[in-house]
Amino acid sequence: MIDFFNEMYDAGGVRPPYAKLRDWMDTMPAELRSLKQAEAEALFRRIGITFAVYGEGGDPDRLIPFDMFPRVFAHAEWRRLERGIKQRARALNAFLADVYDRGEIVRAGRIPKRLVYLNEAYEKAVAGIRPPKGVYSHIVGIDLVRTGPDEFYVLEDNCRTPSGVSYMLENREIMMRMFPDLFGANRIEPVDSYPSLLRRTLASVAPEKCPGDPTVVILTPGHFNSAYYEHSFLADLMGVELVEGQDLFVEGEHVWMRTTRGPERVDVIYRRIDDPFLDPLCFRPDSMLGVPGLMDVYRAGGVAIASAPGAGVADDKAIYCYVPEMVRFYLGEEPILENVPTWQCAKPDELKHVLANLPELVVKEVHGSGGYGMLVGPKASKEQIEAFRAKLTEQPHNYIAQPTLALSTVPTFVEEGVAPRHVDLRPYCLVGERIELVPGGLTRVALTEGSLVVNSSQGGGVKDTWVMAE
Amino acid sequence: MLSRTASNLYWLARYMERAETAARFLEVGARIALVPNVGHGYRNEWDALLRAAGTSIQFAQKYGEPIQRNIESHFFFDQENESSVAACLTRARENGRIVRTALTAQVWDALNTAYQELRELERTPRSELSLSQLTDWTMRTTALIRGTIDSTQLRNDNYDFLHVGYHLERADNTARLLDVKYYVLLPQVEFVGSGLDNYQWMTLLRAMSAHRAFHWAYGGEVTAARIAHFLILNPQCPRALITCVDGLNTHLERLGRGYGRRTPAQSAARQMLARLAETEVAEIFDVGLHEFLSRFIDEVGAVGQKVHDSYLSGDVR
Repeated sequence: MIDFFNEMYDAGGVRPPYAKLRDWMDTMPAELRSLKQAEAEALFRRIGITFAVYGEGGDPDRLIPFDMFPRVFAHAEWRRLERGIKQRARALNAFLADVYDRGEIVRAGRIPKRLVYLNEAYEKAVAGIRPPKGVYSHIVGIDLVRTGPDEFYVLEDNCRTPSGVSYMLENREIMMRMFPDLFGANRIEPVDSYPSLLRRTLASVAPEKCPGDPTVVILTPGHFNSAYYEHSFLADLMGVELVEGQDLFVEGEHVWMRTTRGPERVDVIYRRIDDPFLDPLCFRPDSMLGVPGLMDVYRAGGVAIASAPGAGVADDKAIYCYVPEMVRFYLGEEPILENVPTWQCAKPDELKHVLANLPELVVKEVHGSGGYGMLVGPKASKEQIEAFRAKLTEQPHNYIAQPTLALSTVPTFVEEGVAPRHVDLRPYCLVGERIELVPGGLTRVALTEGSLVVNSSQGGGVKDTWVMAE
Repeated sequence: MLSRTASNLYWLARYMERAETAARFLEVGARIALVPNVGHGYRNEWDALLRAAGTSIQFAQKYGEPIQRNIESHFFFDQENESSVAACLTRARENGRIVRTALTAQVWDALNTAYQELRELERTPRSELSLSQLTDWTMRTTALIRGTIDSTQLRNDNYDFLHVGYHLERADNTARLLDVKYYVLLPQVEFVGSGLDNYQWMTLLRAMSAHRAFHWAYGGEVTAARIAHFLILNPQCPRALITCVDGLNTHLERLGRGYGRRTPAQSAARQMLARLAETEVAEIFDVGLHEFLSRFIDEVGAVGQKVHDSYLSGDVR
């Protein structure tokens, strides 16, 4: 039996950051609880934060379940995490700048050439282009799990366009609206500066060719996208236009948007569409979402794109294993945050180990996301394991394996009262002229008892995440 | 602002107004059907309604007989009927969702709540819903949404595009509602001025929530000429054609001033208003009410096209 770290209780009783939550929890009558839960759901629905799961059909206005029990970090815990996250974000950006330039890290033999240059996410089309301020990944989402009081592991990096930050902000709004007393009793660091920091970050990477106050836009695939709510939410809070590909066009050395007054120049595009769809002339010719000619303007320094095309090569699960190496190589520091020990199935001896221990391991696709196409050994049936064994033997390059982590738990409201449920954390680090991190992030919680999969597409929920002030 | 945003706002307003009209159509039909069907020369009242709404063929194919329950389905619930209350509200809300950032929280809240209530109505057994419940709900909802727009939106170009949409659609819809009269009763001389004739006119007034206002404005006798004057030429009546065209002008003028650029849409709307202001009721009846209304509806359509070309298409230079 694995022993899980409970973030609220340890051998000595209630851990300090949770002290005041205990009274709150103990004194809340059951009726009030269900009343508040219903109120929260009504608020979410009215605001319109909904989440459509790809290909599942059903209610297009499904809500991600919100759990009212907050997840809390002590000030000191957070400071250490913060240093680790910023360090990692810097290293990832240094890596990107390097592999699209001279590739020193490959030349030095610290990362296999094949993993970088033959990677699907490596964009040859942008090799040799230096994006404004040298930043590739402007919003880095680093998924963390906790296994003990001082043990945090990075589960994966998201260098392209990590989603979910709207939940971080809305969860807080709703908690403050429903439980103002909690915020009076606890000193909790605010997160609401995120949108203005994001805007400042994006404006700071405007190309030199674009004089004046830069025009920033968010590029969305459209209102059918499951994250559309988030796109419009961020555009609103930043006070920038939310555009679709059809709203933009290229003329001369710039990108323009179609407005009721005529064309207006666009300087920075925070895109929420994937590389292959950005520009049909450069990437997928059948893309209807992108802007023909965009990459030419980008290449000539007429527009900034966040994240820069090609940034995906840094968050690939096979590259992941080398991030600690990047920290040492580029920054000359020791990594503050550890990686989860990972076996690369591409390596024959590691594959052997993986195949021999499948029932204890978690196996993931190198390019997968959203909790799909993965095997959680301890939870899987014999048949599932055998099916995966076949896949692994056939295409070992596609997979990595990790030990099943003893994910920490946080008290969570469930049918029977309050019970521990497993959580992870995604903070959002902003990289522009400066590196910024708001104290908080998105805590995802696996609502099913014993489940370790927190993805919202697989029945996960979300919690407000608190960082206590000093 | 983005041309596409302007377009979404414009259509949001048009669909809201159209939803309201669908409910008003239902109400006219229900009231006309309450009068005993006397004599020849009549078409079925519901059928007349479908013709005026321009959906009689579509209806016949899907439902066959125009009985009340089917009519309710058609005008209220049917998502396949593009002009039904449900279809219009759904699309208005979708347009609103796309441009959430251009709406105040109150407007979005009203729009989204309407949509949630609509889903609720769709789940309610039909036996528990009366026709008047459906029409009352629709009018309350559309009034609420319009109220939040008027009391909370910034008076900027967003606001103007919403109102251009509202006024254009209302102008078109009032003309179509008036035209129901033509379809219900072919202009046969023996009926003109009869009690039945007047009853039908009053029903139209009622459907536009204007029957009391009419009495305040005119007093005395109800005559076809007075009602036509009220609904077409009297700027006091909020749904009158002249009022709608006037509102259209106001907002197109504001856009023109704000952008420092005159557009063909503006000129066309101004000409329409000038002509209406010169028109007398007698002339309308001379031309024939139906003919007058048909021409008006075409002109409104042409202004709509010009609004599209001047602002919404994205090819503005």
